[in-house]
Amino acid sequence: MTQTKGTLYKGREGMWSWVGHRITGVGIFFFLLVHVLDTSLVRVSPEAYDAVIGAYKNPIMIVGEIGLVGAIVFHAFNGLRIILVDFWSQGTRYHRQMLWTVMGLWVITMIGFTVRHLMLFLDGWGGF
Amino acid sequence: MTTTKSDALLPAQGIEAPRSGRIDPKYLRSGSSKSGSFEMAAWVFMRVSGAALVVLIFVHLTVNLLVGEGIHQIDFGFVAGKWANPVWQFWDLAMLWLAMLHGGNGMRTIINDYAEKDSTRMWLKSILYLSVIVIIVLGTMVIFTFEPCLLDSSGQLLESSPSFCQNV
Ligand code: HEM
Ligand code: HEM
Repeated sequence: MTQTKGTLYKGREGMWSWVGHRITGVGIFFFLLVHVLDTSLVRVSPEAYDAVIGAYKNPIMIVGEIGLVGAIVFHAFNGLRIILVDFWSQGTRYHRQMLWTVMGLWVITMIGFTVRHLMLFLDGWGGF
Repeated sequence: MTTTKSDALLPAQGIEAPRSGRIDPKYLRSGSSKSGSFEMAAWVFMRVSGAALVVLIFVHLTVNLLVGEGIHQIDFGFVAGKWANPVWQFWDLAMLWLAMLHGGNGMRTIINDYAEKDSTRMWLKSILYLSVIVIIVLGTMVIFTFEPCLLDSSGQLLESSPSFCQNV
């Protein structure tokens, strides 16, 4: 690493990507706990399932879904980067370039997802 | 200079090169320790399951959110339609197990990092393991005991039943 001032470890991109990976991982984990519980309502009754899943079609939840998918896509792409750093012989040399690739792919994927998700949502939305 | 006593000038000379193969066993990473091999397996598992989850989850999100009517199509009939196909049953099963074990192992690492008191760590990890087991068992049972064609008390098909129930 290049010389930075002081002795406190403040890794640069590497540290922030690690923080981001950790926070998104925890967030997805808790979502999944709830998600399996809401899916299990199909064993209670069709009405119970439809009522709870109906909440996912509310405009506030639509924003939440974009956030969730944003977290997944970052965790997934950055996870693949970690795997490359560990197993590809040139991985450590290019880890920083790969992080910028991850961010670039994330932006492109999220623009595509957000536009599509909002359009489909508005198409079928009955209003408040 | 008159005398060149390199040994005195370069004290590092004469020290064996590291990785000469003659390493004290207590510094070796493989072999002896059991928790070491578990951690190694967990490390490999995080990478293998992560790679598989990219495919599993991206397809899940595409099929459920990006094709057809997207979020509006999701209801009881939609789930019934998917789980009528064993491929989707297996898909969701693989996603459930891998994501819960991957996420659970990741949470274990995080608890080990931040919970400094032995008793706190023990409690948090017990709660974690219990929730992982409950969710995996529940999710697995839901996939395999799912009944798409439900009848009401008079024996009529419920309105929410998917159309293929008519033919049964
Ligand atoms: C907003 C985004 C999401 C929506 C709308 C959604 C919707 C659904 C639906 C409708 C089902 C029922 C069966 C099926 O369609 O295959 C399901 C099941 C499932 N989903 Fe998702 N999902 C989302 C995100 C996720 C994510 C991010 C994960 C993984 C981390 C995930 C993991 C699962 C699992 C494991 C099951 C099976 C549950 C069980 O065994 O009972 N889902 N999801
Ligand atoms: C989408 C595909 C995914 C990929 C490629 C992926 C990849 C990874 C990798 C490579 C690690 C690092 C492990 C290590 O440092 O030893 C990791 C950690 C983690 N993952 Fe994933 N993962 C994915 C999905 C998920 C899901 C669905 C969850 C939640 C259910 C999750 C939760 C976590 C957590 C909590 C950690 C620990 C973070 C830390 O220790 O800082 N991941 N993931």
